Amino acid sequence: MSRDIVTSDSSLAPSPDIIGGHTLSMFVNNKPGVLMRICQVFARRAYNLDSVVVSRGRDPQFSRLTLGISGDPAGLEQIIKQCNKLIDVIHCFEHDENESVTRELALVKILIDPGDRAEVLQIIEHFGAKTVDLGANSIIAMIYGNSDKVDAAVHLLSKFDIVETVRTGKVVMARGEAAT
Amino acid sequence: MSTTKLDGAQALIQTLNELGVEYIFGYSGGAALPIFDALETVSGNIKFVLTRHEQGACHMADGYARATGKPAVVLVTSGPGAGNTITGIMTAQMDSVPMIIITGQQVTWMLGKDAFQEADIFGITMPVVKHNFLVRETNSLPRIAKEAYHIATTGRPGPVLIDVPKDISQSDFTGDLDPDLDLPGYNPESAFDIDPHSISRAAEIISNSKKPVILAGHGIMISRADEELMELATTLNCPVTSTLLGKGVFPETHELSLGMLGMHGTAYANKAMVECDLIINVGSRFDDRIIGQPEKFGAGAKIIHVDIDPSEMNKMIHPDVEIIGDAKTALKALNKEIAPLETASWLATLDGYKNKFPLAYRKQGGLRMQQVLDELYQLTEGKAIVTTDVGQHQMWAAQFYKTDASYNWLSSGGAGTMGFGFPAAIGAQLARPDDIVVAVVGDGGYQMTLCELATAAINKLPVKILVLNNHYLGMVRQWQQMFFDNRESGVNLEGNPDFVKLAEAYGIKGYNIKRPADVGKVLQKALDYNDGPCVINAECIKTENVFPMIPAGAALEDMLVAPPKHKMAKPTGST
Repeated sequence: MSRDIVTSDSSLAPSPDIIGGHTLSMFVNNKPGVLMRICQVFARRAYNLDSVVVSRGRDPQFSRLTLGISGDPAGLEQIIKQCNKLIDVIHCFEHDENESVTRELALVKILIDPGDRAEVLQIIEHFGAKTVDLGANSIIAMIYGNSDKVDAAVHLLSKFDIVETVRTGKVVMARGEAAT
Repeated sequence: MSTTKLDGAQALIQTLNELGVEYIFGYSGGAALPIFDALETVSGNIKFVLTRHEQGACHMADGYARATGKPAVVLVTSGPGAGNTITGIMTAQMDSVPMIIITGQQVTWMLGKDAFQEADIFGITMPVVKHNFLVRETNSLPRIAKEAYHIATTGRPGPVLIDVPKDISQSDFTGDLDPDLDLPGYNPESAFDIDPHSISRAAEIISNSKKPVILAGHGIMISRADEELMELATTLNCPVTSTLLGKGVFPETHELSLGMLGMHGTAYANKAMVECDLIINVGSRFDDRIIGQPEKFGAGAKIIHVDIDPSEMNKMIHPDVEIIGDAKTALKALNKEIAPLETASWLATLDGYKNKFPLAYRKQGGLRMQQVLDELYQLTEGKAIVTTDVGQHQMWAAQFYKTDASYNWLSSGGAGTMGFGFPAAIGAQLARPDDIVVAVVGDGGYQMTLCELATAAINKLPVKILVLNNHYLGMVRQWQQMFFDNRESGVNLEGNPDFVKLAEAYGIKGYNIKRPADVGKVLQKALDYNDGPCVINAECIKTENVFPMIPAGAALEDMLVAPPKHKMAKPTGST
């Protein structure tokens, strides 16, 4: 892979016009094409999907979907209703941060000089992250927690030569007895 | 049948039979061969109509559905056959018309390999259907057909497409012909369970109104709530305006009717919307051609919105009360909680507007479309089923052909599909053979689907095709005149064929109307002719414009009731 292509996380700040941070969870039929239907609802209304996590439900007839989205907050009510209208969507909820648990996991590959290794390992340890691969000149750190924590860890590590960042995207679960 | 071995296609057609499907409109082709064969081998009551183009098949099924409330089926082959249905499907989707489209498809192991006549119609149609299926198991065909019918006809209706690979349709069927539906994400029954608090709040707001208006939409027709609407209006002494698709849900000849509102609606309907203190919207989605400028719409009024589709709430307009559910159920509940209002002075004000701004036209200086439509209305006593295309003729037809009953006015509203009117009339005539069906079309739209003259002729359908011919794409020309310094671009249809001779080439009777004085007698001849279709070509003056008009994106109070004397700014809205 060419090093000229920025495949690592960009340090650019998000556009101030776009308000991100909304998390939707959906319970959907587990069939080909369902994700495409859902994506069309967002694309048509100029919403960007920051993260998409899909996995099979406990009952394999259904899937769980967590979407992190950015876009005009005024249109969010419409979007949720449009998603609920899809025949393949059993339900779609927006989850408030205070009433739900969100987590994500990131793998960060850092090229290091042997002299920097100790500091990198210290940062990894501080965040409760793990070193999952250690080479002569590279480290892969696995960071997990809520997205702010992952952001903070990546930020601290970015003084080193991060070459790749792969994040799972958020998964969400409603707190208490509420349904996700 | 149950003891005979079936293939998938036969199981599919048998299921459609049992669902009560009466008509299949379609066009054959390789990937649909097993299904076409099943039409011959499975006995039942389904009648197949061979069209001349797949778009026509969709519009015929659409016209059938709009004239009856029941769905028809479209059957076409894969690739281009399926692709040609898109405009027809989109037209049905935009206007909440039930329809089932069955497309043949390449065999499953060739999907995604650019095989002959393979198109990803499942993916292509996703944005223009209520739902669609790509069938991957022969034994699932009856369940999917039943689900498609259920989805198409319940809740807010719409088109549902079933893509059937050829190996699926021609393999042996070994499953259950009467399976249960499996639609855990679809609960249309909830529409009949309406929040009683929303009804009480609406009734309270209504009781305080002095200048109410009912905005009656297509949803009333779909839920068959005409009687409940009449009770609401007459109990409250409340005027009623209808949307283009709602024409007929409240008799337009009733003294409380204001006719159609919106961009080319009546001046009195639009003035009522501006001056009222309450809008009771039942079954309309506050389309952009009704509200003009959303910020100014209903600014001085309370708004009650009844809609079966929760996603229509707060989409264009923020109502004071949302009533989510079936219109008939909602109106029944509401009618129990209302009492007559004192609206005499409000009605007097509106009567003043009716007198001051009547729908009118000149009879001098050439033949006008308005006159033809007005005389058609008189001669048919307003009882014909009228279908239209899109453009000036459509708006004049909406204005001058008053509609007194549901299912008699068939027009492409949301999609604005030219070429809709004539094939829709064929579907309507098949659905209701004893009614007079008139396709009111312009010379532009008519030429888009006139290949269906063969379909009408072969089936000996007494459809009257009234071509209001101004040799122009008149509505676009009107906009160019008003907003683009009269620079005509792409609107001149010089070179139209002789529509009477063209009809004769199909063995169809043709009439010409050239002078205002001839309108009545020629129309009467055409109405009396019932040996098959006939074409009436009315040569109309070329540069008449439709008024009243609210430029797109402008507020209702900015309505023009007559041609503007000054140059107009370009409209902010799209169309």
